[in-house]
This record gives sequence, structure tokens and C-alpha cells, in this order.
Amino acid sequence: MDDSILLAHGSGGKLSHELVEKRIVPLLANPALNKLDDSAVFEASGRLAFTTDSYVVNPIFFPGGDIGKLAVCGTVNDLAMNGASPLYLSLAAIIEEGFPLSDLDLIVQSIKKTAEEADVSIVTGDTKVVDRGKADRLFITTSGVGIIPHGVDISGANARAGDKVLLSGTIGDHGIAIMSQREGLKFSMTLKSDCAPLNKLVSQMLDVSLSIHCLRDPTRGGLATTLNELAHQSGVGIAIEEDKIPVREDVRAACELLGLDPIYVANEGKLVAIVDAADANKIVARMKKNIYGRDAAIIGEVSAEHQGKVTMKTRLGPSRIVDMLSGELLPRIC
Amino acid sequence: MKFIDEYQDSKLVKGLAHQISQRSTKPVRLMEFCGGHTHAILRYGIRQLLPKTVEMRSGPGCPVCVTANADLDRAIALAHLPEVIITTFGDMIRVPGSYSSLQQAKAEGADVRIVYSTLDAVGMAMANPGKSVVFIGIGFETTAPTIAASILKARQDKVENFHVMALNKLTPPVMRALLDSGETKLDGIVCPGHVSVIIGSYPYEFIPRDYGVACVVSGFEPLDILLCIDKLVEQIEKGEPKVQIAYPRGVKPEGNMKARQLMDEVFEIGEADWRGIGVVPQSGLKIRGKYEQFDADKVFPVSMKPPREPGGCRCGDVIRGVATPLECRLFRKICTPERPVGPCMVSSEGACAAFYQYETPDDLRSS
Repeated sequence: MDDSILLAHGSGGKLSHELVEKRIVPLLANPALNKLDDSAVFEASGRLAFTTDSYVVNPIFFPGGDIGKLAVCGTVNDLAMNGASPLYLSLAAIIEEGFPLSDLDLIVQSIKKTAEEADVSIVTGDTKVVDRGKADRLFITTSGVGIIPHGVDISGANARAGDKVLLSGTIGDHGIAIMSQREGLKFSMTLKSDCAPLNKLVSQMLDVSLSIHCLRDPTRGGLATTLNELAHQSGVGIAIEEDKIPVREDVRAACELLGLDPIYVANEGKLVAIVDAADANKIVARMKKNIYGRDAAIIGEVSAEHQGKVTMKTRLGPSRIVDMLSGELLPRIC
Repeated sequence: MKFIDEYQDSKLVKGLAHQISQRSTKPVRLMEFCGGHTHAILRYGIRQLLPKTVEMRSGPGCPVCVTANADLDRAIALAHLPEVIITTFGDMIRVPGSYSSLQQAKAEGADVRIVYSTLDAVGMAMANPGKSVVFIGIGFETTAPTIAASILKARQDKVENFHVMALNKLTPPVMRALLDSGETKLDGIVCPGHVSVIIGSYPYEFIPRDYGVACVVSGFEPLDILLCIDKLVEQIEKGEPKVQIAYPRGVKPEGNMKARQLMDEVFEIGEADWRGIGVVPQSGLKIRGKYEQFDADKVFPVSMKPPREPGGCRCGDVIRGVATPLECRLFRKICTPERPVGPCMVSSEGACAAFYQYETPDDLRSS
């Protein structure tokens, strides 16, 4: 059986070496990785940002992406959300016995392509194989290191009353794209996940203004959960307007059908920025020139009222509190 | 696809809200039967648009909330049987039963899966021939036709490992039970839109006739709901209660014949145990004898410990419209969506979850 992962691929012996040296390293090649030493060695100076994340998405291939693309984007974006320029990533894969090698090839290709787009190098990695049934096909963990440029100070705790709240584009695309593929929920639509590396968008935003106080990518839990985190961390209130939040028509329709609120649905290629009001328009104008920020909008502002809470003016006028997502997003019954 | 915007037009909404304020002279208490309406009312802030004279009360129209603990305990017991896959709609897996929940059973190794369509459960049975797939059939007249269709499909395709635990409930009989109890004085009922798509509006005729209570069928968008409330207030002000449809794009007086035929073919009417209300005669659907091979209760008899209710939980009162969630002492303090005590805090159609999720800045000031 030459076409799927065997336990021997994880034994540390010949098959392990073949897997790494023939299928992975040639595609991701760079000087630090090519040495295949126990750790990657590189030069860096300045303030460093360091992050890690695990990816267990199901299904591993979905419209607009796959687990490999997600694993690169997710970690790149986590670095970018502190204003760091991502440099180096690690890549660790836990593979279930029997996983098709052809699928692994597709995922490594996708990792290569996404890393190139984001301009980062995969400099170290690891593969493990577990018995059939001990993992769900493929799990990936990536860690990343980036450098924070001088003068950049971005943190979830930096929001100030009077700041504007920016959103880089339509919400809910990733969550609905994934949900449309899941067993038991299948429905056909042409929607793709928004999964994308946002580091270049962030660096362009920083080019026009250093008054960016908070950045965060609203992944699991959606926009509502992210805004709650920021309100809590900064000890401020955040007031947004439902009308200003961009949502694709098909996402809105799918949400209506399933009984979900798009503000709680996951994104993988969007960011929320809290910026000084004076620079807000300038930053939005720059965002709109980047493909991943073309639908950017000012969706609200930071206030000293209702500290730690997010309020939303609904389409009809009245305001309500928007809480964090609790539990899992589940479709309604009737 | 732009099918929602017209029904959320803020100018039209404000105009209609103004009209209701002009029309309403005396205090009225209306019950929105359906949890979908409760959520829409709170989500869009419709409470704040209504005059002080109009009081809204939530009703029992939340499938998860009215599922009796004994039934839930049985579903959890089934989940623990070997080679059984439990399939169910959304929130059901999080509801605490007497001793556990389907979510807990899943964590302990049971195979519990969420489906959006009952036909997907049939598909799952076909894909897992060595296992039994049990669908926990909750809901009102809305979900019953599709559950009936899945049983007919399973019979047609000879899918012998598909079974349904039939817990479907009927709307008009429980409305009668609520009105008979006299616990909450109601002037009008916002009748459920989706249920009425199936059963039509004729089955509500007894309500104005026997109880003098106004009935208007409503859709789920803000304009639908306000139009319905406007018609209810108009009827009450005139003292002429009757049944009207404010959701004509979805509901015909005679309902959907085809769907009702499907229900009649597979189900017969029997008593049902409602959480918070008790056993209501003629208010549930049971699988007919000729389809008993698909009836999970016949195929998998399980013995149960007696059910119990959590102390202090007022879900029963909330379901009957006797109390609002804010009147429950556990609300927000002990009972939260993360650690729900009762079903009304779990379900996306539950009144407590709606009040928790859609708190207003005014609520904050007053608390």
C-alpha cells in the first residue's frame, strides 16, 4: 500500500524520512528548513511576537480552502493582530493511519502557496502518525514568530473612548461555508470561506497610521465575541450599528434559514480594528485598496458608557446588548 | 436574494408602531405562542417600540422547552445503548434531563449527532447498516410532516435500521389547556406562523368563539409581528375577537393539505406530556401501529429512574406565560446559557435564552 499513511511513516525510520524529505521539505524549501537540524536557527532583532494554534477543522477540504491554508493563515493572522510582521512558522502534523498521501500532497501544496502569499517561511516541523481512530484524519499545529515594527503598540487593552471600530469586510462567510459541507446539514451554495492571510493588509494600515489601538480577527465566536473581548479587556463600552455591518446576501439568507445570527458566525480572513477617530477614514480608504479589505467599513465607536459591554443599534432603531457566543452555534428547530 | 429587507424597513416599522400607539387605549396582554416570535421581538427591540399599554407574554412554543424530562431521560438512555446513533435537531443535545443530557452522553462515548433534516437521518441509517439510527422527533405541526415523510421514505427504501422517538406536539389543544387553566388572563394570541403554514387558521376558530380571545397569525419579520399586534389591538379595542391572518404570503386558511395528509398517514393523535403543563389529552402525535417497526419506543424499550425537576427552576411557569424569565430567581444568577438549569435557557427558541441574549441598555440601568 503505497498510497496512504502507514504507522511506519511515523516510526522515525526510513518511511518517516522519505515522507518528510520527499513530500514535504522540497515544497516548503528554505535555508533554515533544508538543514533538517533539530531546531531552526535564524537571525532576528527587535520586539518579537510569538503565537501558536492548532487546527482540527472538519471537513479538511472546504470551499475556499483546506486545513493547510487555514493553519498558515490562522497563525500569520494571530501575529498580524499584534502588528507584527510574520517571519517564521513551525508546522506539526498528527496524521491518522490510512490518510491518503494524495490528500497530504494537496495540503502541503496549499501550505506552500499560502506561505508564499503571506511571505513567511516554514522553518521547522514534525510529523506523527497515530492508529486509525485515534485522530480525525489530520490535525495541524503551527507556531509563528514575527517582528513588531518600531512605534507600533497594538493590544486588546488599548481601546479608548471616542475611538472608531472598523471591520475589514463581510462577516460569516467561513462559518457558513463550513456548515454547508457538514454531514447532516448539507445545503448547496457557491459561497467560499474567506480564509486569507491578513498581514499585508495590516502592514498597509500601519503605513498610513500608527494610531491603531486594537486589532483582532473575529474567528470562532464571530464578530460579537471579539468585540466583547475587546470591550472587556480595555474596560470600555463598544456601540455598533447593525446597518453598517457588511453581510453577503447569501450568508444572510443561510443564517435566516438556519436561525443563526451572522455576528456569531466564524470568519478566517477578517479583522476588527479599533483606531483613533481622527485617522479612521484614512485607514478605511487604505484598507479598501487591498483585496482583503475592499468591503471595509466603520461599524461603530468606543464609549465610556456600559463598560465591558457591546451594544448594537438594530436595523429598526432600538439598541440591545450583544453578548458573547455561549455554547455552540446550532440551527433552530422550526 | 432579497427576501427580508422589505419586512425590516425601519420607516414602515416606525409608522406601524405609531399606529399601534394611536389605536391602543386600554392595557392588553398578548401571548406570542411561538419561541421564534419571542426571539424576533427581543432581537429587533420590538418591545421598546410598543406602547406601555401592550404587554407581551411568551408562550409554550419552544419544542425543546416543552419536552418532558421523562421523554428526555428516555432519549439519553437510548443514546447509551450499544450500536445506536442518536440524531436530533440542534439544541436538544444541550438540554439537561433529570440526571444527564445528550451532550453529556456524547462525552461519555454515545454517538449523538445533529441533523438539520430528518431525511439526513435516514441517509445516515443507510450509510451505517450495522447500527440503529434513532431520530428524536421533537417539534410541533411544523416538523411532523417531514418526520412522517422520513418514515415513509425509510419504508419505501427498506431502511430497517431507522427509528423515530415520536414526541411531536399539537398547538391548538395546548392553547385550549392554557386558556382553560385561567392562570394567565390573555386578550390576544400571536399565532405561530410556521405551524399555521401546515394547519391553516381554521383550527384557532374556537379561541375567539369559546374564550373571547383575539387570534392573529404572524410571520417572523419585524413588520409581520407589528402588523399582527396592530390587528390584535384593533380587534380588542373594537371588542370583536376573531381569527385573522397577518402572514398571507405563508399561510392559507386551509393550511397545507399535502403535509397534513402525510401526518395523518403516519401519526395518530394521543395524549402528550408537556414540561411545565403536564399531560394534555389529544395534544401529541404517536406513530400508527402499521409503522411500529419505525417506532423507537416499541423497538427499544428502556427502563428509567423516575424523572425529577431542578429545584427553583421556573421554566414551567415561563412556558405557561405565568412568569417572565426576569421573575425567576435563578435567571442570570445561577442559570445561564453556559450552565443552564432549565430548557428555556438552552434553546434558541426558549424565552429565558432570548431575554438573556437580547438584554437592552435599559435593562442594565434598572438592574
